[in-house]
Amino acid sequence: MEPAIEVRDLTKRYGPVTALDGLDLTVPAGSVFGFLGPNGAGKTTAIKILTSLATATAGTATVAGIPAGDGEANRRGLLGYLDQAPRFNGWMRGRELLGYVGRLSGLRGRELRSRTDEMLALVGLADAGNRRIGGYSGGMRQRLGIAQAVLARPPVILLDEPVSALDPEGRRDMLHAIRGLAAHSTVLLSSHVLNDVERICDRVAIIDAGRLVAESGVEELLERFAQPIYRLEPEPSAVDALPGLADALRGEAWVSSVELSPGTLRVGVSDDPEAGQRLLAMVVERRIGVLSLERMRPTLEDVFLRLTGRGAREVAE
Amino acid sequence: MIGLGTLLAKELSEQWRTRRLLVVTIVFVVFGVASPLLARYTPELIAMLATEEGLVIEVPPPTTNDAIVQFVRNLGQTGVLAAILLAMGAVATEKERGTAAMWLTKPVTRGAFLGAKAIAIVGVLAVGMAGAGLAGHAYTTFLFEAPGVGGWAMMCILLLLQMSAYAALTFLGSTLTRSPLAAAALGIGALTTVAIVGALPGIGAWTPSGLADASIAIAGGSAPDRLTEPVVATVVLIGAALGGSWLSFRRQEL
Repeated sequence: MEPAIEVRDLTKRYGPVTALDGLDLTVPAGSVFGFLGPNGAGKTTAIKILTSLATATAGTATVAGIPAGDGEANRRGLLGYLDQAPRFNGWMRGRELLGYVGRLSGLRGRELRSRTDEMLALVGLADAGNRRIGGYSGGMRQRLGIAQAVLARPPVILLDEPVSALDPEGRRDMLHAIRGLAAHSTVLLSSHVLNDVERICDRVAIIDAGRLVAESGVEELLERFAQPIYRLEPEPSAVDALPGLADALRGEAWVSSVELSPGTLRVGVSDDPEAGQRLLAMVVERRIGVLSLERMRPTLEDVFLRLTGRGAREVAE
Repeated sequence: MIGLGTLLAKELSEQWRTRRLLVVTIVFVVFGVASPLLARYTPELIAMLATEEGLVIEVPPPTTNDAIVQFVRNLGQTGVLAAILLAMGAVATEKERGTAAMWLTKPVTRGAFLGAKAIAIVGVLAVGMAGAGLAGHAYTTFLFEAPGVGGWAMMCILLLLQMSAYAALTFLGSTLTRSPLAAAALGIGALTTVAIVGALPGIGAWTPSGLADASIAIAGGSAPDRLTEPVVATVVLIGAALGGSWLSFRRQEL
């Protein structure tokens, strides 16, 4: 099957600043694809090029097989897009905005009305659809933004930080709704909230400094890049001994990271069997009473931090 | 021009809902009514000012032509100001706020996006001008000898054409920048330039300024000295400004 989005050697320069530096990306059709990267990594720039709101300095990008950049994919109604800070004409009502968006996409009459009602209900704005958008909160604007992006059921939907302004309940509902979009669309989801991405995405790409660092299925990524993490919680009387233990651990070859927070020590390890033998021994050597010592399942956040930190350069090389 | 109809409906709705259409129409109608009134009573006001003993100011009795001149002057100035105000934020504000990006990711062309806005602006000016024309003609007829309807209508069309030229130049500024104020500065700059060039002998006829004299003559029932030159120049200016807007906007990054 043809990829929904294909990006090859995509480069974007703003004067001396290189926002995208030969980015390669393949988004399979029908997937919910997480697009991750630290601030300034180039995520929004890449999305702007895919939506033809910006042009590439070099390289190619296609959306549903149509070259991006000249707006043809937009004109054919192949794209749904939500900006990271969605803004709408404040004089309009929410329902009215969806009406215009629907008509531009060729929806008319009963179909337009029913789809508008459906979308307002989906994003939790059924009661606010007749209110002026100018009076909407940031979260309501974001919900409306999701509704306008998916209203016409475009084959490719680009969502830039779609749930950043929502409360936990709203975030859960919207993520569930976004997951459901995969039935008829491919979703590219840019987010900083890695837990969200881990919950709903099939595949993930991590970019840093405008380049692809990793791309694969979420589980595969975790298996490939996530290093085990041990979490030690000492008895309250032994808390003062933690900094000494942390310093000692930093000198060990099998330790990849040490994170000390009040009352807890998190130790990332590069050699799990060695860590299994040595870590507990070092704790015992220092006579540190232990409340708990557990080997935690690595999360996408751990992978992200590793790949976009010093480890990222190592992987890229 | 994919999406032009829907975008035009949105723009017209915006002009109505944000009260711009209403405000422009009311202002134009007020000036339309005030123009024959000023023409009619200005001589009497001046005569009343001559209170010093022995001072006599002789002012010829006002005529329909005075009302026409007053109408063209008032609507010319007010209309140009309204045109600049309407066009200055048309594109710049939407770019600045990010709403343009939302609409342009829909099945629309950038030409349709600009075209809808330009048509809506001219539409508002046209409605205002129609209101001013009707009110002005009625009041002029009430106070003076009735001017010819055809000539009066042509005068209104020429004034609308003149306003549209300044709207188009400001619209170009609004497309080039992200600042409505910068766009307004371009419109005012164009207004000043046209006024200076318009005062030059010979070439002056080839500017929108020449439309004022032509419209006065036509409304007064006489043939204008020059009509083709200012009309052609204004139409070319509007076309160039709108064409420049499209050329600038079609690849602009948002």
